[in-house]
Amino acid sequence: MRIVCPFCGERELGEFTYLGDAKPVRPVAGAPEDEVFDYVYLRDNIAGVMEENWYHGGGCRAWLKVTRNTLTHEISLVEPAAGAGARHVVK
Amino acid sequence: MNSSQSHRLTSGGLIDRSAALNFRFDGKSFAGFQGDTLASALVANGVKLVGRSFKYHRPRGILTAGSEEPNALVELRTGARREPNTKATTAELYEGLEAASQNRWPSLRFDVMSINQLFAPIFVAGFYYKTFMWPAKFWEAVYEPAIRRAAGLGRAAGIADPDHYDKAWAHCDVVIAGSGPTGLAAALAAGRTGARVILCEEDFALGGRLLSDGGTIDGLPAAEWLSRTLAELATMPDVRIMTRTTLFGAYDGGTYGAIERVNDHLPSPPEHQVRQRLWRIVAKRCVVAAGAIERPIVFAGNDTPGVMMASAMRSYVIRYAAAPARRVALFTNNEDGWRTVETALGAGLQIAAVIDARHDISPAHRSLASKGGFPVLHGSVSGVDSGKDGVRKIAVSLTGGARAEVEADGLAVSGGWNPAVGLTSYHRGRPKWREDIAAFVPDGAPPGMVAAGAATGSFGLGACLREGFAAGTAAAHDAGRSGSSGSMPVSDDEAFSLTPLWHVAGKGKAFVDQQHDVTASDVELAQREGFESVEHLKRYTTLGMATDQGKTSNVAGLAIMAAVSGRSIPETGTTIYRPPYVPVAIGAFAGHHRDETFHATRLTPSHHWAAEQGAVFVDTGLWKRAQWYPRAGEKDWLESVTREVKAVRSGVGFCDVSTLGKIDVHGPDAGAFLDRVYINTFSNLAVGKARYGLMLREDGLVYDDGTTSRLAEDHYFLTTTTAKAGLVMQHLEFCRQVLFPELDVQLTSISDQWAQFSIAGPKTRDLLKEIVDPAEDLSNEGFPFMGAREVALRGGIKARLFRISFSGEMAFEISVPARYGEAMARNLMLAGKPFGVTPYGTEALGVMRIEKGHVAGPELSGTTTAADLGLGKMMSTKKDFIGRVMAGREALVAPDRQVVVGVKPTDKASRLRSGAHIIPKGQTPGPSNDQGYVTSVCFSPTSDQWIGLALVERGRERIGEIVHAHDPLRGEDYDVELCNPVFYDPDGGRQRG
Repeated sequence: MRIVCPFCGERELGEFTYLGDAKPVRPVAGAPEDEVFDYVYLRDNIAGVMEENWYHGGGCRAWLKVTRNTLTHEISLVEPAAGAGARHVVK
Repeated sequence: MNSSQSHRLTSGGLIDRSAALNFRFDGKSFAGFQGDTLASALVANGVKLVGRSFKYHRPRGILTAGSEEPNALVELRTGARREPNTKATTAELYEGLEAASQNRWPSLRFDVMSINQLFAPIFVAGFYYKTFMWPAKFWEAVYEPAIRRAAGLGRAAGIADPDHYDKAWAHCDVVIAGSGPTGLAAALAAGRTGARVILCEEDFALGGRLLSDGGTIDGLPAAEWLSRTLAELATMPDVRIMTRTTLFGAYDGGTYGAIERVNDHLPSPPEHQVRQRLWRIVAKRCVVAAGAIERPIVFAGNDTPGVMMASAMRSYVIRYAAAPARRVALFTNNEDGWRTVETALGAGLQIAAVIDARHDISPAHRSLASKGGFPVLHGSVSGVDSGKDGVRKIAVSLTGGARAEVEADGLAVSGGWNPAVGLTSYHRGRPKWREDIAAFVPDGAPPGMVAAGAATGSFGLGACLREGFAAGTAAAHDAGRSGSSGSMPVSDDEAFSLTPLWHVAGKGKAFVDQQHDVTASDVELAQREGFESVEHLKRYTTLGMATDQGKTSNVAGLAIMAAVSGRSIPETGTTIYRPPYVPVAIGAFAGHHRDETFHATRLTPSHHWAAEQGAVFVDTGLWKRAQWYPRAGEKDWLESVTREVKAVRSGVGFCDVSTLGKIDVHGPDAGAFLDRVYINTFSNLAVGKARYGLMLREDGLVYDDGTTSRLAEDHYFLTTTTAKAGLVMQHLEFCRQVLFPELDVQLTSISDQWAQFSIAGPKTRDLLKEIVDPAEDLSNEGFPFMGAREVALRGGIKARLFRISFSGEMAFEISVPARYGEAMARNLMLAGKPFGVTPYGTEALGVMRIEKGHVAGPELSGTTTAADLGLGKMMSTKKDFIGRVMAGREALVAPDRQVVVGVKPTDKASRLRSGAHIIPKGQTPGPSNDQGYVTSVCFSPTSDQWIGLALVERGRERIGEIVHAHDPLRGEDYDVELCNPVFYDPDGGRQRG
């Protein structure tokens, strides 16, 4: 598999580390335990198109959101995480 | 020496008759020529019996002339280079080659195990499951060893492989598998457009079937066209032709696996060269021009030496000028098989008869027969009578029921051709059935791949050139090359007619899979017993599971299954195709990752100095760390370690701790960021101060620990454990980039940039004064416990100095740029001489941390909470942090959790070992009263006995209780007392002093 890192270009799988489903959003401080439990443990495992977190540890150390078809391994979109890269983040 | 080459034809062949090569097979000497394979050289020497079969130990010969060979497997080379199951048909001959037949004892001609044939009824499909079921314990002790001796193929060398294997990447526009007419046409077309092309050919010679079947292309004889084409390709700088290279797999994203047998054709690789190279080829497009494989017809005795594929016989005669037989019979069901008759006649061989299963035979072939004076029999071969050298008489069932007999010493068989659908099917593709050629052809292919020529079922030379050229042109254009591909090579299309014939009923064993000894009756039995699905058929009978992966057998097997189960062949379907297409040595996948280069080795900055001191090193992850520094006269490691601990506790010592993960955290939100990743607060840490921090995973369990110092308002310096250095960096980047992108903070890994030393002991300050610029105030007031700041060293180098202590002594850690690490170690030794400075290793470090009750790897086990470690009070209640909510779950705050406590044997002379289970005193050990285990132990010079840390249920409430340590692995049982985990200086006065 090959992933086109937005910062480094096309690189092979071995440079990346897979984390999993990129959909769940970390609950805000003070969220009830059930909500946090869902965030920590409940993950979709879709046979099809899925957004996933990947880490380019063998390259620029950016976290990437990769849209991948888990059946064909076709990657349709790679986006940097909101806080990746050098661009200034507006508070 | 036998150099007669009795079956070598007097002229022709792509062999160099001026380069004779001597070789040995089963200890007998033979000769062949440069350009021979081992198989062709054996054929030239009249050797027909080459091995014994897998289950029944039947004599076997050479069936094919390529990588699909099921029978002619040998052990090639000797000693450490001995390679089992090598196909004689692909092994290139070299001077001094040594090969041995497999699966026979004591000799190939007289094999004791051929008695297995008499027991054939018990070796039927599924015999493992049926015969050896009871008693169960007999399986490992009796049945399996016996079966392994009787069945099986070659023997592995059993010695480490002395050769090197390499791995490499290549990138191109178009990769082409196969250099037959299709592949060459594709390479010409793509190459002319200016595309970057890689052409992989598994043979050592280019041309594929052109080398054996000839033909006319662009009005030229095939050989002439071939040399003209290769000359043109050689002028293209971006066309790379790789012979001895098999494209064996197709992977995601246009990545292809190829194995290059760089030096398999030599006795051993030349110095500094590799044996084989594993390629990963990244290509925008792939053209599969892998051709087709001629398939056998299954009949009784079809495994007799002397029975050979018709196309293979042509290869031996034309390409190698070697005659597999003097008097040849042909059994065919198609037009193509007749070429062998023409070839044999042309080489002056006798044709005994042609047995053709078809109704219509062309007038051209009829006149060939009458000219050649041999009969054409309508019917099928129903049996083979073998003499000691293989085929002798062939029994024929004629259409209409009569029988005939043909005397011949060789039988060429053609059952039609199966396109090589492996590569196109590796992404779980299923080939589709084409009725007109009675064969499976590709039905689609992985993205970017297209098949052409015989690989799609287009068997004519003209069609191969057309399809290859078109595929090459399209691939180059798809890859973005717009140049012209020039004019297409042209040839005629031969007619191809075939009447499907898979299995001829007859008496005796009729083999489907010759390498695994699977017979037609095994397939029928599998059907009767309900294993009708092809995937079940495969596993129940082991059809197609041998090293040839059923290249000559799978389709026949499922055709027979289709017939007996009353289904069509497409309804029966194929099994899943999986790479590799040919066996690939594990050594090639490993490449240089073996022995001391199995993984990278990381050396600490002071490594070479430590080695000079005679340090004993220990592997911790990739690192080599000094474990202890033995001195003359010390009888064991314990004596050295005890000395080092005492030296630190009474004087001063130092230890390289550079392996800790080190991360600089910069930015206005650095403090806020650390507050979210640690359970305790860092935003309120004063500049110039350090603080111990603990981080959890989001599920509430402890992840890692370390000290973090604030060097400036917007600059923190964070350390991690050695083991988690990389993972913590990844985790923190996730927090920064994904979870908290609103924070203005940056992380920089500086683990490799700084050398860090712990300097510990009551005389630390005396030593440091010799190192640090005298202007720096190192007094307790000027640099108090948990102070942290940049200092200048004597000579002007900037260093980071931290007053932190892992040992419990008055201690500092000092960081200098890594390039000064070794100099720092030497300087500490020199400056510390008056104070008796002692370098200490990881063992002494561990002893002192256990004495001090500090937790480390064994306690940060991924199952412990902050409270379990006695650090629950660090958890802030005033802020959110990773793991906060989940850490509050019922089970993680239960009062009966196993928590860290100290342990010491009641008998002071007794040794303590980690892993021992803690059981209440007086109870019989068992899972129900297992209350924890000993995590870390050491001999404590300070306590003068073995001490340890343990995770024990309600441990902190039970201080003083005597419990039982049960160690079933080592067979040890002893009593221990639960105690305060801080064995040394519990009030911490020494580290603050």
